[in-house]
Amino acid sequence: MSSRAVPLPASTRAPRRRARPLGSRLLAPFVLLLALLGAWELYVVLSGVQRELLPAPHEVASAIWHGGAPLWRNFAVTAEEVLLGLALALAVGFGLAVAMHLWPALRRAAYPLAVGSQAVPIPVIGVLLVFWWGFGIFPKLVVIALICFFPVLVTTVDALSSVEEDQLKLMRTLDASRWQAFRLAELPAALPAALSGARVALAVGVIGAFIAEVATPTTGAYPGLGRQIMTDVNLQAARAYAGTAVLVAFALLCFHSLALVERRLAPWRGRAAGAHQ
Amino acid sequence: MRAQGLSHSYRDAHGRSVQALDEVSLEVRTGELLAVVGPSGCGKTTLLELICGLQDPDGGSLQAAPAVLMPQRDLLLPWLDALDNASLALRIAGASRAQARRSAHAMFAELGLDGFEKAAPAELSGGMRQRVAFLRTLLSGKPLLCLDEPFGALDAITRAEMQEWLAGALVREPRAVLLVTHDVEEAALLADAVVVLSPRPGRVLDRLVLDSPRPRRRSDEQVLALRSRALEVLASGSGR
Repeated sequence: MSSRAVPLPASTRAPRRRARPLGSRLLAPFVLLLALLGAWELYVVLSGVQRELLPAPHEVASAIWHGGAPLWRNFAVTAEEVLLGLALALAVGFGLAVAMHLWPALRRAAYPLAVGSQAVPIPVIGVLLVFWWGFGIFPKLVVIALICFFPVLVTTVDALSSVEEDQLKLMRTLDASRWQAFRLAELPAALPAALSGARVALAVGVIGAFIAEVATPTTGAYPGLGRQIMTDVNLQAARAYAGTAVLVAFALLCFHSLALVERRLAPWRGRAAGAHQ
Repeated sequence: MRAQGLSHSYRDAHGRSVQALDEVSLEVRTGELLAVVGPSGCGKTTLLELICGLQDPDGGSLQAAPAVLMPQRDLLLPWLDALDNASLALRIAGASRAQARRSAHAMFAELGLDGFEKAAPAELSGGMRQRVAFLRTLLSGKPLLCLDEPFGALDAITRAEMQEWLAGALVREPRAVLLVTHDVEEAALLADAVVVLSPRPGRVLDRLVLDSPRPRRRSDEQVLALRSRALEVLASGSGR
């Protein structure tokens, strides 16, 4: 008998997940949205609720259509805050997670503080942030980062420490240094979890920007959509709802964009199931 | 590698001290394959970890050339392709990714993995994953290979193929090999000598030598004789 290898024919390889066409994936959420909007419209017409309390969807749509500079310039301000604030949150959350993983003492010391930070009512520190950094964008970024770093931190710390003991033993027996084991085995293993954390952060990032704008005042003509909504909510309900709808759409867009990034950065995630027998 | 009177205990989940190995002595030279057989839980994995320096023994002396462990599971990294996984040790030793891939490629092809360089681990069959893992072990360049039930998770047919294949690979690439297995027949097919361990705490019950030429067949007289002898020793050892 000779030593021989039996390569698998290509057809028996594990299949990759096949993406369904975009149109059919959008259908269900679109139908549900239309149904909800229809119910809302019907409720407003039939119940006779005051329009200052709850505008009808067609009025909100019209307010978006006629939104002009107050809506879109304010939205641009808020969008910038969200994106920069999230970048700061990712850097802080991921950096802190790595540091906590490499120095367990830091983890024990800082983890409770990180959890505690999530309970701080932002207006309490808003004034202080403005006192330190003025009326510009930076205090807002700090608030957004404070709200958004947490999911990134938690998912990344957990993923870093979930790498199996056997995997690390393997790296040691191949003479990997602590840093090499981290870079080759732990860091890539944590990447998908960090990205999931980032998606959660994105979803709360928009409300984070709203809280930031309300808690730290701004000078200038366009204070951001959050402030604008707070101004509109009592007198111009349709405009307040219009601003809200734009924020919701923005949050959805961010969330799904990151899902695309995730597929790029961690393509093994969907097909890793069979890798360990 | 020469180990004398190795003993080791560890603490279990309840904090009790459990003795895994009791005065185990072994010796293996370059070009030799020593098989260690024993019932599950007799401390075989612990023995390999001691020899590879992943744990320190409580007692006894150990002189070992640098040893590399091939664990039971392949533990391939899912984000690296097959060739990157195989050449991991070279990158750890400081080679760039391109260099490592180039130096690993000749052996990669020799192991029948040609054409699967860019396959993800999940796209490979169990036998192929095990070969990638073996190549990763081999390319560490260490003179002593510690293989922990390398074919334990494979089906019988793949397993027989892999045993043949390992015998061939070791002829081309002579090293000192310590093969831990619970399969007595596998030991008889591949080894120059077989050490039989008792149930926990693992002690050496017997050392059986095989000098019949390779390749061996399951039906060879010496293989059958060693197999039944080893099984007898195992049975008497657990019947204490």
